[in-house]
Amino acid sequence: MPTLPQRSTELEMPGTLEMSPAGLYCPAGGFHIDPWRAVPRAVITHAHADHARSGCGQYLCLSTGKRVLRERVGGSARIDTLRRGEQVRVGDVDLKLVPSGHILGAAQVCVTHRGVRWVVTGDYKLEADPTCDPFEPVETDVLVTESTFGLPIYRWGDPQDTADAINAWWRDSREAGRTCVLFAYALGKAQRLASMLDPSIGPIYAHGAVMKMVRAYRDSGVRLPPIDQLAPATRRAGGGRAMVIAPPSAAGSRWLKTFGETQVAMASGWMTIRGVRRRRGFDRGFILSDHADFPGLVQAVEASRARRVYVTHGSTASFARFLCERGIEASELSTRFHGEEGSDESDVDQPAADSDSPALPDEQADEEAVEETS
Amino acid sequence: MRRFARLFHDLDATTRTAEKVRALVVYFSEAPAEDAAVALAMLSGKRQRRGVTTTLLRAWAAEAAGIPDWLLEESYAAVGDLAETIALVLPDAAVDAPSRGLAEMIAATIEPLAAADPAEKQRIVTATWQQLHRDERVVWHKLITGGFRVGVARTLVARALAEIAGVEPATMAHRLMGLSAITAEDYQKLLDADAAVDDPTRPYPFFLASPVDEAVASLGDVADWSAEWKWDGMRAQLIRRGDVRVLWTRGEELASDAFPELIAAAERLPEGCVLDGEVLAYDECELLGFAALSRRAGRRRVTAKVLREIPCVFVAYDLLEADGQDLREEPLHVRRARLAALGLPAFKETADRTEPTAPLDGVEEAPAPRLFFSPRVSADSWEALAEARATSRERGVEGLMLKRCESPYRVGRPRGDWWKWKVDPLEIDAVLLYAQAGHGRRASLHTDYTLGVWDGDLLVPAAKAYSGLTDAEIAEIDRIIRQTTRERHGPVRVVEPTLVFQLAFDGIAASKRHKSGIALRFPRIARWRREKQPAEAGRLEDLRALLPPSQQAERP
Repeated sequence: MPTLPQRSTELEMPGTLEMSPAGLYCPAGGFHIDPWRAVPRAVITHAHADHARSGCGQYLCLSTGKRVLRERVGGSARIDTLRRGEQVRVGDVDLKLVPSGHILGAAQVCVTHRGVRWVVTGDYKLEADPTCDPFEPVETDVLVTESTFGLPIYRWGDPQDTADAINAWWRDSREAGRTCVLFAYALGKAQRLASMLDPSIGPIYAHGAVMKMVRAYRDSGVRLPPIDQLAPATRRAGGGRAMVIAPPSAAGSRWLKTFGETQVAMASGWMTIRGVRRRRGFDRGFILSDHADFPGLVQAVEASRARRVYVTHGSTASFARFLCERGIEASELSTRFHGEEGSDESDVDQPAADSDSPALPDEQADEEAVEETS
Repeated sequence: MRRFARLFHDLDATTRTAEKVRALVVYFSEAPAEDAAVALAMLSGKRQRRGVTTTLLRAWAAEAAGIPDWLLEESYAAVGDLAETIALVLPDAAVDAPSRGLAEMIAATIEPLAAADPAEKQRIVTATWQQLHRDERVVWHKLITGGFRVGVARTLVARALAEIAGVEPATMAHRLMGLSAITAEDYQKLLDADAAVDDPTRPYPFFLASPVDEAVASLGDVADWSAEWKWDGMRAQLIRRGDVRVLWTRGEELASDAFPELIAAAERLPEGCVLDGEVLAYDECELLGFAALSRRAGRRRVTAKVLREIPCVFVAYDLLEADGQDLREEPLHVRRARLAALGLPAFKETADRTEPTAPLDGVEEAPAPRLFFSPRVSADSWEALAEARATSRERGVEGLMLKRCESPYRVGRPRGDWWKWKVDPLEIDAVLLYAQAGHGRRASLHTDYTLGVWDGDLLVPAAKAYSGLTDAEIAEIDRIIRQTTRERHGPVRVVEPTLVFQLAFDGIAASKRHKSGIALRFPRIARWRREKQPAEAGRLEDLRALLPPSQQAERP
């Protein structure tokens, strides 16, 4: 049996990156990466709430992500940008941002200090996505990777097949005179989904939270089909033929009830698991994620040629152990990042199946499996 | 196979009954008769042969997927369904193989599997994986491991087939009763609009009661209702038609072999007679309780010793057929009057124990009566009935049944005519000790709880409980469990004792199998007592005090 790496709170090679109370910190450069508290200088991988907090003195992000980050951190915040691959000197380190393919403007942070390179992936996916720049592999010495979907059950199909399934569902619901409601994270997933819809089927509407980010995407030059925000009066009027994109928090809300007859679906990597689909009570679950699937994670780690890997949010223990058994020195790194929205009511990390000594019994029948009377 | 996998998927994907029925209608209209017959047997919950053990299947799947065994197990813990886990981790089929029919698939893969040696089994399994899509694999894995179940009520299957055949759903439900092996010809006969019900062993679909959810006074005039004790046993139908004497459980299992004394007693019933009632463990003086009955019910064969130790009786509360005539459309009071006319003795839950007298030489001892009539609990007001119900626990019954005197014998669980008015549950506060992730809808959430009570200054496990919490509470408790895990034993987490729940249960019995010496009946979580500390939870002696007096004596 290989020995498991110990959970690490302090990274090796002091001076490059370390864990501080506010999150990952680079002392040699004097900046934090995706801090979870307000700090003087923050390098931001992407604008999701668990990675981009408001109140920092100064932000640095990829140029394509400036407009959406502005939406998140407010109009008065100072946001500096780097072009894709552009290298700058910050303190004693060289810093560059490389697209991670997660959402518009999402980047991997590359920090080189005394000839040793570190890459913090943030969230990433390897699949094609017309609403953002594709993931670029970077060779590195040390890799800090996410592992939201770090179990081998997560293997995404071709996104075009998912697009076809969603459009087919929309057509069927239109025949039945029911409005489609598609739940997706308001930033990123919602816009990616919109780009996959066939606008010839019917009108596309979006919840206010989604619409705000649709405008930010359009301002950044991303082409999206016509989408309208729904005024209360038009909710039933658009009914029967429309597709509505809304954040998952709108599920079960009064707002949703104003549409009359609906069919609701969720688009998420978690929809892989039948039990999760059923528990959430959606009519349909489409498997679509902005995170890498298991083969994608393995591919990205191997392509990085990193000799040391830290695994942050998701199935951290399993994925780290799996990498160790493949001869890659890997361990868990505790962070407050969440992974993909939609695993459950709150936006917490999907509970990882992180049993250390798995020995599962067969599914047992209830001891008293005699009929209940009457 | 693809069509059947589609059906499985569609049934699973929706909670709307209309859509489930539509999916069934689509399947049964399109599927060839030989496939439809097999599908129908599976949807009816018929047990299948197991072709391969899950242990072997796991090992081969990990090998084919190129992952270590432990990672497959962790994946299983996240998915909560082994068939699905394996389907998800396997590489996709290399070629777009043509889909084979369900019946052909079973003949070609599942039946040979059962007979094959391990090497041949592995060859069949890995070759079949190459021919199946992900959704098909889920279903196929369930079939070869004998674990196929699908969430569709029998009444919905009956509705769908009734729609195809152009008959009433109740007629179809009756035709479907007690079918075991279904051939393509049987299936076609089912769909024949004019087919007669000719199988003399066939039971009628059961009429099920719903729990009373409002004040009983809202049911109207008490005189319109017939009340009986709600016996704590096993619902069953006893049939005597010609030479045929059979006992069917509510789950449509043929239970004749488990209860030979009831089958023998049925000989005295008049020809063409079907009784609906309850099987109870009863030793001529006293009810022996549900735990005793379950020792009898599960068995294919019963030994003379078990027969002697746990004698059973059948208490009839309805007459569905007399003189070969279906009485289900007659009102309850007419059926009950005809039942009474059969002359069965009225059942009493306790009787005075008489000293056995030595039989006179040459005189055979009369056998103890086995078949009884469930008497009406008469009361002239709802208040009087409520008083009667309050005596339920000491009588060893679950409460009262309320049946509208004018009601026909319906199919399934339509609300309005039959109600179960159970006695309020017993309760105790208990502390969460162990937690395990659930299956199905609750995959990867910790929802299976083991709760303990105080025995001296130790917490001892008293019950396992699952239901009764909201999804939001489950999610919150899941987080606390993860944060307070002290040890892990495979999928089981031992947690710091911090969470207190109010545990409701319907009864209690002494048990040698449990460390606490007690077993609770239908334990479930009534609510989360956020305000309580573990030290304030209940004690084992509180539970023991609830044991029936005869069982308290058994304790040292």
